[in-house]
Amino acid sequence: MTTTVPTATRSTTTARAIDLRGLTKSFGSTRAVDGLDLQVEAGEVLAFLGPNGAGKTTTIDLLLGFARPDSGTVSIFGLAPRDAIAAGKVSAVLQTGGLLKDLTVAETVLLTASLFATSRPVDEVLERAGIAAIRDRRVGSCSGGEQQRLRFALALLPDPDLLVLDEPTTGMDVEGRREFWSAIRADAARGRTIVFATHYLEEADAYADRVVLVRHGRVVADGSSAQIKNLAAGRVVSARLPGARPEQLAAVPGVDRAEVRGDRVLLQTGDSDAVARYLLTATAASDLEIGGLGLEDAFIALTSDRPVGDPLTEASASGPTDRTTATTTAGSNR
Amino acid sequence: MTATLNDATTTTVPGLAVGAGRRGHLNLTFLRIELRRLLRNRRTVIFTLIMPPMFFLIFGTAGQYRTTSAGHGNVTAYVMISMALYGAMLATTSGGAMVSVERAQGWSRQLRLTPLRPSVYIAIKVAVAMVLGLASVVVVYLVGLVEGAHADGTVWWVTGLTAWLGSIVFAAFGLFMGYLLPAENVMQILGPVLAVLSFAGGLFVPLGDGVFATIGKVTPLYGLAELVRAPLVGDGVTVTSVVNVVLWAAVFGAGAVWRFRRDTARV
Repeated sequence: MTTTVPTATRSTTTARAIDLRGLTKSFGSTRAVDGLDLQVEAGEVLAFLGPNGAGKTTTIDLLLGFARPDSGTVSIFGLAPRDAIAAGKVSAVLQTGGLLKDLTVAETVLLTASLFATSRPVDEVLERAGIAAIRDRRVGSCSGGEQQRLRFALALLPDPDLLVLDEPTTGMDVEGRREFWSAIRADAARGRTIVFATHYLEEADAYADRVVLVRHGRVVADGSSAQIKNLAAGRVVSARLPGARPEQLAAVPGVDRAEVRGDRVLLQTGDSDAVARYLLTATAASDLEIGGLGLEDAFIALTSDRPVGDPLTEASASGPTDRTTATTTAGSNR
Repeated sequence: MTATLNDATTTTVPGLAVGAGRRGHLNLTFLRIELRRLLRNRRTVIFTLIMPPMFFLIFGTAGQYRTTSAGHGNVTAYVMISMALYGAMLATTSGGAMVSVERAQGWSRQLRLTPLRPSVYIAIKVAVAMVLGLASVVVVYLVGLVEGAHADGTVWWVTGLTAWLGSIVFAAFGLFMGYLLPAENVMQILGPVLAVLSFAGGLFVPLGDGVFATIGKVTPLYGLAELVRAPLVGDGVTVTSVVNVVLWAAVFGAGAVWRFRRDTARV
């Protein structure tokens, strides 16, 4: 009685999987999303990386049509979010909540399936999400990881072209996390477009082809995970230079980012020697320090509320730490 | 692949024969699971299917009630009708108020990932509430039949149907409160409120005369109770009770629509 639906001919859609342009959304005086642009091609596996409060969840709410942007446009395969959901083109695994505790696992899937015009068979999605064995268990007695896999099963029902995962492994133990990602990975191999929000660097690194870093509701970096690493890896040269202007400093060869804090300037660079040499020879800079950024530190620096260079000030303020960051005085670096 | 899926009208999914029709519309699978869920809630079952017939037995079957006339039947039938309405009212309010729990648990957010329309969601809630309300009326009437309620044949049908259909006003009340109150278990708040309204509306004891009776006549259960019992009592329908029902139906209906609109606008 089951008609087998052919698989692997997914590339019929020509429109972009996701096209977000100039999105803004404020809550009171807080600007959660601040002019965000993002284009995702069909078939990409993209990590939306940023710390808590970077605007990831709000962006996903806007993407799915759960909230209306103050300005900007959202399109999913050329459709408005609501239409894309109704057509079964996009589905999502949301963060916490969202399940009825008094239903069983199978009932939850059955009920959700009944809302779609066509859906994958209940048994199949239970199997693929790895929860076939607990199908008769009440949702309320399922572990966090099991509930998350149930949400994943629900998301598989419409067989969406785009799957959005909002911090899918939050609250899971290591084992649960590993099982969840292996299910997702198997799914991505079938050609589905997958976008997942995470604040775990290692998840972005391990599972995404492309990493988009968000901070303060904007995209601050976009590239392959290797590119992002290169971008983030580097050093911060700081020095006392009263009256310096950031735009001037940013123009110095080798400087990626420049910031002025009081009398000190902080310059992020891939070539700290050149920048230090420049500062000491061509400017009145004094009291120069060079700090190396660990990868983790760099990611935090790139995406957090703290300005670049903070690991450095932190290290010097808190004295010796066990971090690998080396803070050295000028002349003795490297 | 998706194109194939969407175009396919023949895709049959095992176990989904009923639901897989027009997407986002009312379907029996949804209704069935929702009902099962409601009946799994012990509190709901006790309040809607056990307490009303129990109250009927306590208040309605005293010796002289069976032999005292209340118009086109006995006083036992009078109490039976009141308790059936009480049960139906509790059932429909609980059914409507389910939206509160579902919003609190984030289920309505999950449902937004499906083609389900908000209006269909509400229709399902009302339908579930009404099925439970019908069960409540039927249970009380069956107990009444066994325990000596007497009334003209048509009175049974007309009062039963009016009690059941009239209780839709309280489905609206439940929805309104469900959207209004943030509580996870809104029925814990509504239970005592409904008990007070039942007393005030003359469902448990006749209103008589005096200040309380005057106040009682403007409370939401008064009009409905009078209307439902009218075929038994045989005094005809009073303007006061009709106005009461219409006004409260308008208030609860408008309130539910208002909160519902706000809820979907907020998305």
